[in-house]
Amino acid sequence: MKFDSKIYQITQPGSFGNISMGIGVLALILSAVGYLTNAGQFFHSYLVSFAFWVTLGLGGMFFTMLHHLTSSTWSTVFRRISETVTKILPLLFIFFIPIMLGGIHELYHWSHADVIANDELLQKKSGYLNEVFFIIRTVLYFLIWFFFATKLYTLSILQDTSDDASLTQRMLKFSSAGMILFALTISFAAFDWLMSTDAHWYSTIFGVYIFAGSYLAILTFLVLASHFLQGNGILNKEITVEHFHDLGKLLFGFIIFWAYIAGSQYFLIWYANIPEETIWFLHRWEGSWKPMSQFLMFGHFVIPFIILVFRASKRNLSVLKTMAAWILFMHYVDIYWIVMPTFHQHGVHFSWMDLTTFLGIGGIFISLFWRQFSAKPVVPVNDPTLQKSFGFMNV
Amino acid sequence: MKKPLGVLAEFSSSATLMYAAENLRDNGYKKFDCHSPFPIHGMDAAMGMKRSHLGFIIAFFAILGGLIGFGLQSWSHSIAYPIIISGKPYFAWQSYIIITFELFVLFAAFAAVFGMFKLNRLPMFHHPVFYSDRFSPKVTNDGFYVSIEANDPKFEPDSTADFLKSIGGSNVEILEEDA
Repeated sequence: MKFDSKIYQITQPGSFGNISMGIGVLALILSAVGYLTNAGQFFHSYLVSFAFWVTLGLGGMFFTMLHHLTSSTWSTVFRRISETVTKILPLLFIFFIPIMLGGIHELYHWSHADVIANDELLQKKSGYLNEVFFIIRTVLYFLIWFFFATKLYTLSILQDTSDDASLTQRMLKFSSAGMILFALTISFAAFDWLMSTDAHWYSTIFGVYIFAGSYLAILTFLVLASHFLQGNGILNKEITVEHFHDLGKLLFGFIIFWAYIAGSQYFLIWYANIPEETIWFLHRWEGSWKPMSQFLMFGHFVIPFIILVFRASKRNLSVLKTMAAWILFMHYVDIYWIVMPTFHQHGVHFSWMDLTTFLGIGGIFISLFWRQFSAKPVVPVNDPTLQKSFGFMNV
Repeated sequence: MKKPLGVLAEFSSSATLMYAAENLRDNGYKKFDCHSPFPIHGMDAAMGMKRSHLGFIIAFFAILGGLIGFGLQSWSHSIAYPIIISGKPYFAWQSYIIITFELFVLFAAFAAVFGMFKLNRLPMFHHPVFYSDRFSPKVTNDGFYVSIEANDPKFEPDSTADFLKSIGGSNVEILEEDA
C-alpha cells in the first residue's frame, strides 16, 4: 500500500480490498450451502449479521450528520471515514433481498396466514405487520439513506476540488433534515427487522436502544480504522492522541448511554410486570440465555466502564484499540441476544452459519468500503476546519 | 517596617506571558500564578502544573453516595420495615437502581463543586495582588500578569524582581504590607 502524504491520497490501495472481497464471497457461498441444509438457522444467523453491518452504517450516518450539525472541528480528520461508511450503507440493500424473497416466512411469524387466523393480537396488528407494507417500508428506509448518504458524500467530494465556501452550509442543511429522518428510519427499521421477530412484544424505546449500539459501532470502527491506517503509514501525524482521547470519551459516554437505555427498557417492564411484556425478558433469562444476559451486562457496560473511566486508558492507544474491538464484539453479542432467544427459546445454540454470514456480509462491506475510501483523499482536503482539526488539543 | 508579600510583573501579550511562565517553571519557582483576561491554551503545561486530584475526590464521593443510596433503600425496604409492594420481593434491587444512580450523581456533583473550591483555595477574600493599583483595572481587560508569592522557596524580593524584568516583565512591583 502506498500513500502520498502531500495530497492525502492512497496511490496504491494494495490487495486488502480483494482479500476482503474473497473472504466475503467464499463465506457467502458457504452460507448458501447452509441455507440448503437448514434454511431456518441460515436466516436467523443472517438477520443478526445483516443487522450488525446495517447498524454500523447507520452509526456512520449519524456521526457524519452530527459533525456537520455541530460544525465540529476535532472530528474533521475522521469525516471521510464516516462518510464512506455512510456511502456504503445503502448498498446493503442487496443483502435484504434474500430476506424479502424467502426469509420473511422463516423469521417473522406474523407473515403466516394460519398463525394470524388463530391470533387476535396479530390480526389487530396486521394493518402494519404484513408482507407488502414491510417490504415497502424497508425499501423506503434504504431510499432515504441512499439520498442522504449520496448527497453528503458528493458534496464532500465536491469540496475537495472547489473553493465554494457555501458547501459547508449545504452539508449542514442536508444534515438537519437528514437527522430527523435518520431518527425515524432507524427506529422503524429496528421495530420492523428486529422487534417484530417477536411480534407480540413491544417496547417504544427499542429504536433508541438500537441507535445507542449503532453509534458505539461507528466509534469503535473509527478507532480501529484509524489504527489500521496508521499501521500502513497513513495519517500518522494527523490523527493524534488527542483525537483518540475524544473518541474514547465518546465511547465511554455512549457505553453509559447504552446501559441507561437498556436499563430503562428493562426497568419499566419489570415494574409494570405485564406478562406479554415480561415474556421477552423471561426468554432471555432461561437456560443458557441467563449467563448470556449477564455476560452482556458485564461485557457491554461494567467492564468497559471500569476500564475507560480512567483518562490514561483513553490516551493509551493499545488499551483503546483493545476496548474498541471488545465493544464492537459486544455490539454483535447485543444483536445476537436480541434476535436469537426468540428462535432458540431454551438455550444458546451457536451455529457455524453465525460466522459465515457475518464474514460474508462483512467481507463485502469492508471491501466496498476500502475501494471507495482508497479512491479519494483520506481526509476532506479542502475543508476550512481541517488544519484546526490536525492541531486539536484537549484542554 | 514593610513586609514583602510577593512580586507582580506585567507582560504585553499572552505569548510573552507563556514564555515567562516557562522560564519560571524551568528556574524552579513553585508558588507563582499567571493572570490574564481569558484562558490561554497550554498554560497549564507552561506553568508546570500537575493534573488536579479532583477526579479522585469525585470518584470517592460518587461511590459513597451510591452506597448510601443503595444501602438505605435495602435496609429500610428489606430489614427495617419489610413490606410487599406490587408483588415484588423484599429485596427488590432493581427498584433501588434509580435512587442509587441519582445519589451517585448528586454526590459527584457536590464533590466536584466543593472540591474545586477547596483545591482553588476559595473563598479567598483578599490577595496581595490587589495592593497593586495597576492590576485590578487591567487584568480583566488587557493586562497579562505574573505574581510570585513570598512563601516561594526561591523568593527574594530584589533578585526575583530583577529576574522578572530579565524575562520581559514591565512595571515590576514588590507587593508589601505594613508589618
